[in-house]
Amino acid sequence: MLEMRKEIFADERDDNLNVVGKGVQRQDMPGHVTARTRFFDDHAFDGLLHLKVVRSPHHHARIRSIDVSAAERAPGVKRVLRGADVPVNKNTLLSLINFGKDDEPTLAVDKVRYKGEPVVAIIADSDAAALAARKLVRIDYEPLSPVFDVEEALKPGAPVVNETYPGNYFEYHQRFDHQKLRFGDVERAFTQADHVVEHRYQMSPIEHAPTETNGSIAAPEHNDRYVVHTCAQGLFFSLGTTAKIVDLESNRLHFIGGTVGGGFGGKVDSLSEPLAVLGAMLTAKPVRYVLDREEEMLYGSPRGAERIYVKDGVMRDGRIIARYIRSYFDAGAYTRLSSYAAIKCTAHVPGPYSIPNVASDIYVAYTNRCPSTAMRGFGVTAVDFALEVQMDRLAEAVNMDPMEFRILNAYRDGDMKAHRRVAKNTALVECVQVAAEKANWPISEQARRASSLTEGGGERGQIPATPLDQRGQIGRPESRNAPATQTLPASTTRIPLSKQPIFEGARDARPTPVQVPRYEAPPRYDPAIAPPPPQPAHQPVSAPPAPPPPAAPAQPQHGAVRFSSVFGTRRR
Amino acid sequence: MAKLPVQFRLNGSDRAGFVDPAGNLLDLLRRGLGDFAPKYGCGQGTCGVCTVLVDGEPQLSCLTLAISCDGRQIETASGMADGPNLHPLQQAFMDNFAAQCGFCTPGMLTAARALLARNPNPTRDEVVEAISGNICRCTGYEPIIAAILAAAAGGAGMRRA
Repeated sequence: MLEMRKEIFADERDDNLNVVGKGVQRQDMPGHVTARTRFFDDHAFDGLLHLKVVRSPHHHARIRSIDVSAAERAPGVKRVLRGADVPVNKNTLLSLINFGKDDEPTLAVDKVRYKGEPVVAIIADSDAAALAARKLVRIDYEPLSPVFDVEEALKPGAPVVNETYPGNYFEYHQRFDHQKLRFGDVERAFTQADHVVEHRYQMSPIEHAPTETNGSIAAPEHNDRYVVHTCAQGLFFSLGTTAKIVDLESNRLHFIGGTVGGGFGGKVDSLSEPLAVLGAMLTAKPVRYVLDREEEMLYGSPRGAERIYVKDGVMRDGRIIARYIRSYFDAGAYTRLSSYAAIKCTAHVPGPYSIPNVASDIYVAYTNRCPSTAMRGFGVTAVDFALEVQMDRLAEAVNMDPMEFRILNAYRDGDMKAHRRVAKNTALVECVQVAAEKANWPISEQARRASSLTEGGGERGQIPATPLDQRGQIGRPESRNAPATQTLPASTTRIPLSKQPIFEGARDARPTPVQVPRYEAPPRYDPAIAPPPPQPAHQPVSAPPAPPPPAAPAQPQHGAVRFSSVFGTRRR
Repeated sequence: MAKLPVQFRLNGSDRAGFVDPAGNLLDLLRRGLGDFAPKYGCGQGTCGVCTVLVDGEPQLSCLTLAISCDGRQIETASGMADGPNLHPLQQAFMDNFAAQCGFCTPGMLTAARALLARNPNPTRDEVVEAISGNICRCTGYEPIIAAILAAAAGGAGMRRA
């Protein structure tokens, strides 16, 4: 049974809960056991058409020509779509929150950037007819040299994967080729440490492999809208993305979902909805686009691989005094959500430990691999794996018990985190104590008596003086080892950062970035310029308008306040 | 290609359809007859979400030619309940929280139903063996095994307070 330690989580949640901690039947369970639950593909449509895509056989190639004439004449084929048929054929998922540049086409036009990238879509009256016609599409490719390794991709002279980001890195704040964290002086602390331990950790991409493959069915409705049955994990996220790509007002899209046959993050990319809706728009028929298992495994976006270097300075008594993390996210060929993953990773560094000097440089690198996306704590899980393995290695280096080593270094309430926020409601000490007890792992009396509520704050709650640097300026690889430019005095909470791009134009002899016009929403209805509604000739004497109802008293706020890592704002 | 007629009993009702000679039973059930209980997961007989009973035997409908089912009895998870009354396996799945996303559930129920029909008192190992062809990617195998054992025990321990 769930136990809430109120002495630790005093303001973490209300106690008047009706459901948490009790066995309550889920509302969707009767549907699941009777097979009445309707997943996206469990909908019958008369005249249903089937969409299949032709995928790139190359990791990286220029498209010289595309010939779809034979496919268009094939039996059962209703329509063949190419990049030019997609109204807004360049998008990035987080453009819905104005984060990052549009960099990914729905159907490739001039170049393919990963093996399996969609180039042509075929809509036919059966799966078999679409598959047969797929073989008739002739695409002439000029293979280009690919790059598969994140660090190779960042070297000058590496093949340019994605022309929107010609340095093969995501551009943060229009200034840096990576996401930075600086807290204290790690370089000086390393010279003072008794041991310096550095290790490299490499993760693999992981396919979500949901039992239900990605897909959707789009159909014209009677009211000039399109109904979309979809597996999307973020239904409105997918609706907004689709509305942009097919250039429709979002109120003409009617998304139905919520029953996801396993997602785990692999169904947030809107892989199928834009083409299914476009197919329905162009054929005026219901169109179904479902990945088969091979497509799901090979081309459904995976959890991105991460390479993580952790360098720690530790004292003989077990205190970690410095931690530097350099990490590379393999975004694959397009950004999707990797830019966000790197921010999450930065927000997670240095782990739940009180370390007085912390720095990290987290890169998002483009390679000619399948674009990666969300999966269960992406940005956090991998770096946690690296950090905790590193913690064991550090404990070994200073001859300490790994449990006690964690208790010694764990955050206490009042400690200053590397992100210049005070740690509250910390509980790692207690967590390790309980884990040790359950595992019959002997720990010292001192470790057993430790508490998250004591020893914190004071000097540990201060922001140290922090040297700043301009390392990793966009397009200037030589700036990577540049010396510190200034030292921010202790207690400075905000690092001054100009919004002006620091570097424009030529970038270490690579092409300048392709300027992608930002998507402009269709003009909105404006009552000021719309013709006024017809007025009745005789105006009845109307009663004076009722006074506005008194404002409702502010609801008392409960629960934890969360921090949005993209915008840095607080939300509930 | 000319379509061929096929006729069988589906969940106790006579049903008929026309199929391609190479058409599989899964497509006929789903797209032809509108029974969406069996799902498409892999199309190659590895995931088990398309499991149906053909004359009482569990079969992967994605690998079964529709035409080979002429004159047979087909049962899917849609036909397990008796009107509003759930089959004991369905009730046990509910009581044991044995579904997460629900996509593998019809196939799991069907595999379990075949097991209990031939072996009303299976051991845990026999239950594991019986559902070994059914993948639950949400990895909720333990509650599923518990549910099948509870149903076999005839309701004992099925209800949680």
